[in-house]
Amino acid sequence: MKIDWAALGSVFGVSLVVTVALVALFTLGITGLSRRERAVAEGGSAGLAVTGAYACFAACAAAVGYGIYLIVA
Amino acid sequence: MESFSLILAIVVVTALAFDFTNGFHDTANAMATTISTGAMRPKVAVAMSAVLNLVGAFLSVEVANTISKGLVDEAGIRPEVIFAALVGAILWNLLTWLVGLPSSSSHALMGGLIGATIASAGVGAVHGDVLVTKVLIPAIAAPLVAGVAAMLATRLTYSLGRKADGKASEKGYRAGQIASAGLVSLAHGTNDAQKTMGVITLALVAGGAVAPDSDPPMWVILSAGIAIALGTYLGGWRIIRTMGKGLTDLQPQQGFAAQTSAATVILASSHLGFSLSTTHSVSGAVMGAGLGRKGGVVRWSTATRMFVAWGLTLPAAALVAALAEYVTGFGDWGTAVVAVFLVVSSAAIWKISRREVVDHTNVNDTDDAEPAGVVTTAMAAVTPPPAGGTAADVPPIPAQATAERTPSTTTTV
Repeated sequence: MKIDWAALGSVFGVSLVVTVALVALFTLGITGLSRRERAVAEGGSAGLAVTGAYACFAACAAAVGYGIYLIVA
Repeated sequence: MESFSLILAIVVVTALAFDFTNGFHDTANAMATTISTGAMRPKVAVAMSAVLNLVGAFLSVEVANTISKGLVDEAGIRPEVIFAALVGAILWNLLTWLVGLPSSSSHALMGGLIGATIASAGVGAVHGDVLVTKVLIPAIAAPLVAGVAAMLATRLTYSLGRKADGKASEKGYRAGQIASAGLVSLAHGTNDAQKTMGVITLALVAGGAVAPDSDPPMWVILSAGIAIALGTYLGGWRIIRTMGKGLTDLQPQQGFAAQTSAATVILASSHLGFSLSTTHSVSGAVMGAGLGRKGGVVRWSTATRMFVAWGLTLPAAALVAALAEYVTGFGDWGTAVVAVFLVVSSAAIWKISRREVVDHTNVNDTDDAEPAGVVTTAMAAVTPPPAGGTAADVPPIPAQATAERTPSTTTTV
């Protein structure tokens, strides 16, 4: 019987890194947007935060796209 | 297509019935967190999941082609064996649905195949090493991997998102949950609908209706996809309730972290060659998310019942399938007896389920789901009072609004 520990290990590693990275990016994006919300409420603007937020969301969207690619391929 | 016999027709119908139970059994995997956190309304959530399952069913036939060749020897399998296997799998799926426990439909199917094969061809026809590497180890690994990932992700999203509040964060977490739940649904369609296609194809090969090593015919793909989508749309509300509310109380951040972790684990595992069960990954992720929040509590009594169900899935389905196979061995009337038994017990389980109906109107209502134990009481002490703030954009559904314990994101630290 051969248990593929290497595959299991890589599943563990990849899942951990990807999940944490995605959630971190997404949370940063949300934080950026909610900063804009506050800034707008106070009459200001938060250009940098919003740009950063959209960059984060774009990265997440790319990850979802890659996920769909993996499912289809 | 020279001989499309009666038994073959019965097997195909039973396989589609299994596919249907698979669909409503596994709706919870994709949508439990989304529904319990209020990110989507229950009916909309299951509809989306159903569509994505249907789409997923058409995307590839890779899984369908592997299932028939992995676990048992293809040679010498008769349609009756597959029929018996399906009977075991369906009954186990219905039984676990009745008690509202998530369990792996794939394990039920594998257990059924193993039991029926043993009864028909002896222990030698089952590949024991495949059993350990494909069933036992993944069952232990999946919740651990997904749980740890979800726990860390939950911690992170709470600490990074301290300053995130208001409408923007509400909308953001909702979108994130919907996207990751969609991915899980799609992956489920490609995996599980194809398992049924694989089984039907195996039966067709065994019955001599199609040549060995051929791809599933188009009508098989179409009917399997539709069966799983219908099952998904019907919604296994009992299991959704257990997964979304029973294991732990999920806030949007946790739901997002859990579903992202589950989606990642499922995709990573199926593409790095170590396939993990969707059900086990999602359950693990939900518990991990429960542990990751300060003050979050996992109801271990529910979790324990779930683990027991996981352990029993394979042997129980195998036992029923072995008995069914034994009875079909008596000839046509034996097969008829098994078929009647399947229909009658399914009807009985459905009848029992009507005593306490769980559907989209009360899926988030957990008050009567579990008697208040020590853990639950302690939990109630630390849970903030109902606020119902997260579903601000969604017109409140009465049952959901009263059961909504999730505080708005502003109150969380």
